[in-house]
Amino acid sequence: METESSLPATDVNIWLQAQSRKDLLRFITCGSVDDGKSTLIGRLLYESQLLLEDQLEALASDSRRLGTQGNELDFALLVDGLAAEREQRITIDVAYRFFATERRKYIVADTPGHEQYTRNMVTGASTADLAIILVDARKGVLTQTRRHSYLVSLLGIRQIVLAVNKMDLVGYSAQVFEEVERSYRQFAARIGLTDVAAIPVSALRGDNIIEAGAGMPWYRGPTLMQQLESASIPDDAAAQPFRMPVQWVNRPNQDFRGFAGLIVGGSVRPGDLLRVLPSGLNGRVARIVTADGDLQQAVAGQSVTLTLKDEIDISRGDLLTAAAAPASVSDKFEATVVWMSEEPMLPGRPYLLKCGTRTVTAAVAPLKYKINVNTLEELAARQLELNEIGLVNLNLDQPLPFDAYARNRDTGGFILIDRINNNTVGAGMLLAALRPAQDVHWQALDVDRANRSVQKNQRACVLWFTGLSGAGKSTIANLVEKKLFGMGRHTYLLDGDNIRHGLNRDLGFTDADRVENIRRVGEVARLMTDAGLIVLVSFISPFRSERQLARSLLGPGEFFEIFIDTPLEVAEARDPKGLYRKARAGKIRNFTGIDSPYEPPENPEMHIDTGRVSAEQAAEQVIGHLRLAGIMDRDWVFIP
Amino acid sequence: MSNLTHLSHLLHLSHLSRLEAESIHILREVVAECDRPVMLYSIGKDSSVMLHLALKAFYPARPPFPLLHVDTTWKFRQMIEFRDQTARRVGMDLIVHVNPDGVAMGINPFVHGSALHTDIMKTQGLRQALDRYGFDAAFGGARRDEEKSRAKERVFSIRSAQHRWDPKRQRPELWRLYNTRKAKGESLRVFPLSNWTELDIWQYIHRENIPIVPLYFAAERPIVERDGALIMVDDERMPLLPGEQPQLRKVRFRTLGCYPLTGAIESTADSLAAIIEEMLVARTSERQGRVIDRDGAASMEQKKQEGYF
Ligand SMILES: Nc1nc2c(ncn2[C@@H]2O[C@H](COP(=O)(O)OP(=O)(O)O)[C@@H](O)[C@H]2O)c(=O)[nH]1
Repeated sequence: METESSLPATDVNIWLQAQSRKDLLRFITCGSVDDGKSTLIGRLLYESQLLLEDQLEALASDSRRLGTQGNELDFALLVDGLAAEREQRITIDVAYRFFATERRKYIVADTPGHEQYTRNMVTGASTADLAIILVDARKGVLTQTRRHSYLVSLLGIRQIVLAVNKMDLVGYSAQVFEEVERSYRQFAARIGLTDVAAIPVSALRGDNIIEAGAGMPWYRGPTLMQQLESASIPDDAAAQPFRMPVQWVNRPNQDFRGFAGLIVGGSVRPGDLLRVLPSGLNGRVARIVTADGDLQQAVAGQSVTLTLKDEIDISRGDLLTAAAAPASVSDKFEATVVWMSEEPMLPGRPYLLKCGTRTVTAAVAPLKYKINVNTLEELAARQLELNEIGLVNLNLDQPLPFDAYARNRDTGGFILIDRINNNTVGAGMLLAALRPAQDVHWQALDVDRANRSVQKNQRACVLWFTGLSGAGKSTIANLVEKKLFGMGRHTYLLDGDNIRHGLNRDLGFTDADRVENIRRVGEVARLMTDAGLIVLVSFISPFRSERQLARSLLGPGEFFEIFIDTPLEVAEARDPKGLYRKARAGKIRNFTGIDSPYEPPENPEMHIDTGRVSAEQAAEQVIGHLRLAGIMDRDWVFIP
Repeated sequence: MSNLTHLSHLLHLSHLSRLEAESIHILREVVAECDRPVMLYSIGKDSSVMLHLALKAFYPARPPFPLLHVDTTWKFRQMIEFRDQTARRVGMDLIVHVNPDGVAMGINPFVHGSALHTDIMKTQGLRQALDRYGFDAAFGGARRDEEKSRAKERVFSIRSAQHRWDPKRQRPELWRLYNTRKAKGESLRVFPLSNWTELDIWQYIHRENIPIVPLYFAAERPIVERDGALIMVDDERMPLLPGEQPQLRKVRFRTLGCYPLTGAIESTADSLAAIIEEMLVARTSERQGRVIDRDGAASMEQKKQEGYF
């Protein structure tokens, strides 16, 4: 693996240039005590060579004094922090650690595994893009493993790496690994975690951490580091409508009035129409001001200052939103709350609630139930104790603009603060408003394609699978649809079977009929995207012009041409419906590939070479592509 | 413009840009929610980055808080020059505080040792200044990667009226939500650079062309070697031991503090690129030069409890 210090000492400037393109991945590690979490993180830090000389010396001497590894380095000692914890040999808080490769900077939230865990884990998970769930190969999936996974899914993390550790202690057995993997996947799917990469490792010996090592030739997948390097940085925030909580009003003089904040959803450009919430007033963006000059566009993740063309009253705590897709406003919510204080949460008692940059007073109406994080059972409860999670109704003293947490972590996540001692006593996720705030002036909301999409937690689009008969279009399209469905997406699959036999029953295979066939399919697909659906179309569609026609019916970024590339010989050999045989025998005329040409796409959004990947892998690739393209909101499911 | 175009832009929001945005968010949050913030300006490279971020955060306004330097009277002369130049350049108020009790006692690192000197001139001095001006939030340039015990530090750290840090009262920090509430007399220490590493700092200085004290660059300087540390003879207050002769050696500093307590390293790196290059191959972590860290592994934590940064 390439790391910082592999730098060729020649041209630092080139290296620095490359560094400026590096991205940032935040992840959390979860495991029970002694699963080897500290060893694993210590090794990642060690192997990425960010340990400096004097730290190494300290490690060697600590290892001799305190270590558990005889004279070898005990990596776990690298990551133990506070002195008190070191004595108890157990970590009790969230620690953040850093390492970097040529490609990425990583921030690791390291949280301990004992009972007091929920609070720390939830804190660490709130900012993570990915979770490593560590399991001891000898013990398999434990109650704790399930608890960690549940918390991770609750906080909206969807990329999971299951690291099955201590493989050296089970003789590097493939069977043990597969068993752990199978039982984990079964459970994970139940709580909506479908993106799981399972990797057998030995943190102690280093197998499959950075490099494969000799122990497990049967494992062909990526090492842990490779998995981290190729993980996608979730782009949910960017795919969302524009959101910016106003942090501070910048008024250096009479002529300038700017609204400073960090963009937490979508993007903004001068001229965009914004809606200010909770007031409901609209205003147009004049400038995006930064110390480096005005921007033509700013996106989620950037801190900027906006000025508006219209003089409207805006102050800290307001939420600036896209006027076409504003956030909701309410003063009564349903929310999941994680309690973090020794003093229990008492219904009826007022707390301060901070969401975005707005702080309001909130009282908990009677608790609906609490959740046993080990069994996921709902239990009747009157109050919440430290580390407990419950479903509550909240009544606010004033309206709060918000999005459901599943849609946007920043406009849907909140903390609760004790009004007397000022401690942060709870954190929560807004699920839904129980009623729109009454004193808010509502502008008529048009039900349009954008709103329907947002309601479905996705961006509507068409996936157009093209390729020879027998290329695998339907198989792959089916798999993709199943996966999307499993993630809670709203889809519809159009293929020859449901179109040719019904809507297009009157059409044959003449050129004119082919064009009409495609036109109708394209129109139906477009209507369905209007309804907010992700539409999969599986049609041979051999001619570029036909596919161009279909593309032209949709907006930019809404049409994905997916070329299922299978050589004619292969497709013909498969001949699942016996059509090639009939065509060769002259019983079918104008058959694509035989006596009618197939024009391969010149610039498809995706090109899938079925000679190299299985149908399953192809489907995964399509899903990955959709994620990158921001078609999906997070794959998050709330478990009732 | 389609969402895809936005996304391709987003994917190029580099780690430095994300760190920058996060730090700016933290700076603004304090200004919006606290009554009298101040920025602890220690003249080093981290302070330079923090100040630069503040200039960006409040642009086109000037950062709405003063800079505070707690001077021990033993800083390198070039640091003091740079400090005064910087304050003029950015047009912010600069408060320089020296602990008058320490001056009266004639505290001197050569005579009283590093621990007492640091405690009186720095720790006590800082408390005095915060009390005297009634600051309720102080930005500090500390990073989590500096030391093992810092890995768990919050971005917002609450201190009692006596400036003590109580591990039990530190608040969980979720998402981008910081709890800035405090009782009368209590104050916050806020670390906008928490998630930056030393390498990030250097890369950002390079990217943004941020001015730093010349002592970071290698040059010939008068040096004596003591207990393995290279100490620069910055003025005539440094008593030379029998047989000690300052020698001109090409050195630079990885961290800056009181000159008698700050070890130099031999180096020829006289440009930013060269420093970064040296840093990548050198493999010696930056605290090594700080004499105060050598008294026991958990000493930083002890110092933090006492109110030192
Ligand atoms: N044999 C073996 N032992 C391991 C492995 N990973 C960790 N250990 C040992 O398991 C024990 C607990 O590890 P540690 O990293 O402290 O666990 P944590 O509590 O999860 O941080 C230590 O004695 C480690 O040396 C592994 O892959 N193989």
